Amino acid sequence: MKNNLIKGIRMTVVLVVLFTVIYPLSVWAVAQLAPNNGKGEIVSYKQTKGYANIGQSFTKDEYFWGRPSAVDYNAAGSGASNKGASNEEYLAVVQGRIDTFLLKNPSVKKSEIPVDLVTASGSGLDPNISVASAKIQIVRIQKARNIDPEKLNTLIDANTEQPLLEMFGPAKINVLKLNIALDQLK
Amino acid sequence: MNTEILGIIAMFLLTLALAIPLGKYISKVYGMEKTWLDFIFNPLEKLFFKLSGVNPAEEMNWKQHMKALLTINLIWFVLGMIILMTMGSLPLNPDGNPSMSADLAFNTAISFVVNCNLQHYSGETGISYLGQFYLMFLQFVSAATGMAAAVVVFRAFRDKTTTELGNFYTYFMKSCTRILLPLSFVVAALLAFQGTPMTFEGKDSITTLQGDVQEVSRGPAAGFVAIKHIGTNGGGFFGTNGAHPLENPTYFTNMLEMWAQMIIPFAMIFAFGYFIKRKKFSWMIFGVMTIGFLALAIPNVIGEMQGNPMIEKMGIDTSLGAMEGKETRIGAAATGYWSIATTVISTGSVNSMHDSTMPLSGMNELLAMMINSFYGGVGVGILNFFVFIILAVFISGLMVGRTPEFLGKKVEAREMKIAMIIALMHPFLILVGTALTAAMPEYGTATLNNPGFHGLSEMLYEFTSASANNGSGFEGLGDNTVWWNVSTGIVLILARFLPIIGPVAIAGLLAQKKYIPESDGTLRTDTGTFGVVTLTVIVIIAALAFFPVLALGPIAEYFTIY
Repeated sequence: MKNNLIKGIRMTVVLVVLFTVIYPLSVWAVAQLAPNNGKGEIVSYKQTKGYANIGQSFTKDEYFWGRPSAVDYNAAGSGASNKGASNEEYLAVVQGRIDTFLLKNPSVKKSEIPVDLVTASGSGLDPNISVASAKIQIVRIQKARNIDPEKLNTLIDANTEQPLLEMFGPAKINVLKLNIALDQLK
Repeated sequence: MNTEILGIIAMFLLTLALAIPLGKYISKVYGMEKTWLDFIFNPLEKLFFKLSGVNPAEEMNWKQHMKALLTINLIWFVLGMIILMTMGSLPLNPDGNPSMSADLAFNTAISFVVNCNLQHYSGETGISYLGQFYLMFLQFVSAATGMAAAVVVFRAFRDKTTTELGNFYTYFMKSCTRILLPLSFVVAALLAFQGTPMTFEGKDSITTLQGDVQEVSRGPAAGFVAIKHIGTNGGGFFGTNGAHPLENPTYFTNMLEMWAQMIIPFAMIFAFGYFIKRKKFSWMIFGVMTIGFLALAIPNVIGEMQGNPMIEKMGIDTSLGAMEGKETRIGAAATGYWSIATTVISTGSVNSMHDSTMPLSGMNELLAMMINSFYGGVGVGILNFFVFIILAVFISGLMVGRTPEFLGKKVEAREMKIAMIIALMHPFLILVGTALTAAMPEYGTATLNNPGFHGLSEMLYEFTSASANNGSGFEGLGDNTVWWNVSTGIVLILARFLPIIGPVAIAGLLAQKKYIPESDGTLRTDTGTFGVVTLTVIVIIAALAFFPVLALGPIAEYFTIY
């Protein structure tokens, strides 16, 4: 026991140095070559900046909306609803989101609302929506901004990120990048 | 074909393709054969052994192995308690996060020492970077502990009759330096380039496009996320784990992290075969595990892609699947696949919230952890499976009326008793824990996030996850209470060390016995028939132990919504 204890303590010290000093510093050094020196990828707009991978809350009619968030896009405290599929209270919340969406987008038929627009994401920070979810908001934005719907269609197509190598995973749209492009239109 | 389905198939095939050469490499590492990384690691390890005062060539029997293993784990636990309870006032804490309470520190330290990573705190607000670094250290060494224990079993079946089973510190050190470290470094670098942060700076505050203020937590996440998967640990740097867009920024990182968590469990199966020079035996194990894995994963992929029928009834377009608790960039298919990969293997990282998956998907996640040996965690998966092999050998032996033998060794009463205790302890811990908590509403029901059948599933999931050393959760559960911290902490200790000691003891006992050469009457364990028997034993034990409680939880919930 005593023999093992001394060996164990010495080996722990050696490995603490390896795994909490040498390893992270090497990864950190490599990350200096990564986007924004490993401090999180940035997109800039006007005089300010946002994080490309962190969703932002969009509630105004003239912006594309992202997904509902259980933590209101608090990027210092990610979280989800964790509601079960059968939870009545939760289902009422989803119904409420559908009603609100229809109220704000009167031209949209209920059967066209994609499910990602009325369900909260896992992180509460989902930066993306599906392509259908962007297209369905065109009429509202066109009215709020008074621009040509064709331009909005082109904008969405230009901002659509295809599956990895066009083979793996879903297509998607980064809401923040799309809205920045929207602001730069005209 | 659907790109989401193709993504899953690619993940599985890429893992398998690389697992075979890696298995060969791992077998060489533990067999002390030459490898191409010797030029770096030979001098490095020599230095490390010297600094530790260890003679790497000293042979140990199984008991000496276990003493060394338990002692060093105790050291890590004590050090973890100290750091987690004082980190608030230590350096590397740019966000000013507080130290942990005693019960939370107990749960967290245990949880990371045992490779479980059940987290009753949230990464953004509950821990400093120094604390994260120590947990990252534990992610490396706990994985290496499991691997070192598995190698003892490997050794026991390589030599004909022996009590000398190699040196614990050597197996442990080589697992750290030659396997976990290089793989983690590569994965971490790739993650950093995909957008996972690796910085010592704290929270950033920005103004959103719409004009609100948003605070963004960052940190040295890339290094942490890499070993969390390579070591099948699963603890998230941020609160929402692999669903967080900084931990898992793209579909590519999702594939990479999926690959990373499955690669060593796959490779260890092949390493076993190379090491004892019975490659066919590896394929038998791999076949049984893969059938079990697919039987759980395919229904989940389908179920999650179909979506929630209650939402479909509201009349909207649910073609994207059950998106509550899921991320758009990953999609329902890859999420369903991950939900089983992470639970059959004891990773427990999540890229969606399991609490919001469909009832039967939740059941399969539970079953994956209840069985806990389809692939299984780094090192320990093969130990868990070994127990089922021993049971299958015994039952087959009884059926043909011969003394059961496994790889030329007689399996007798003593080994069977150990195997039975280990196999039954897992259901015992899960069911007794859940029943106790359910009987005390002020500790149990009061902490639930969902009513009814799903509420019972939340409690059941927590104990299943603790006993499987998995670490995922139905995260709606308010689990940072003294009851949850202490009860799951105790389950974690028992469910980690007994299933390590048991199989190692069996292997150690078998290794001492006389070797009986194979003859026509020998029960062959590398055949499809034996694979079927093993799978049947697994299914029967799981079904008998867990069907009643599953009927009260997820199965009952299923019938309320379909």
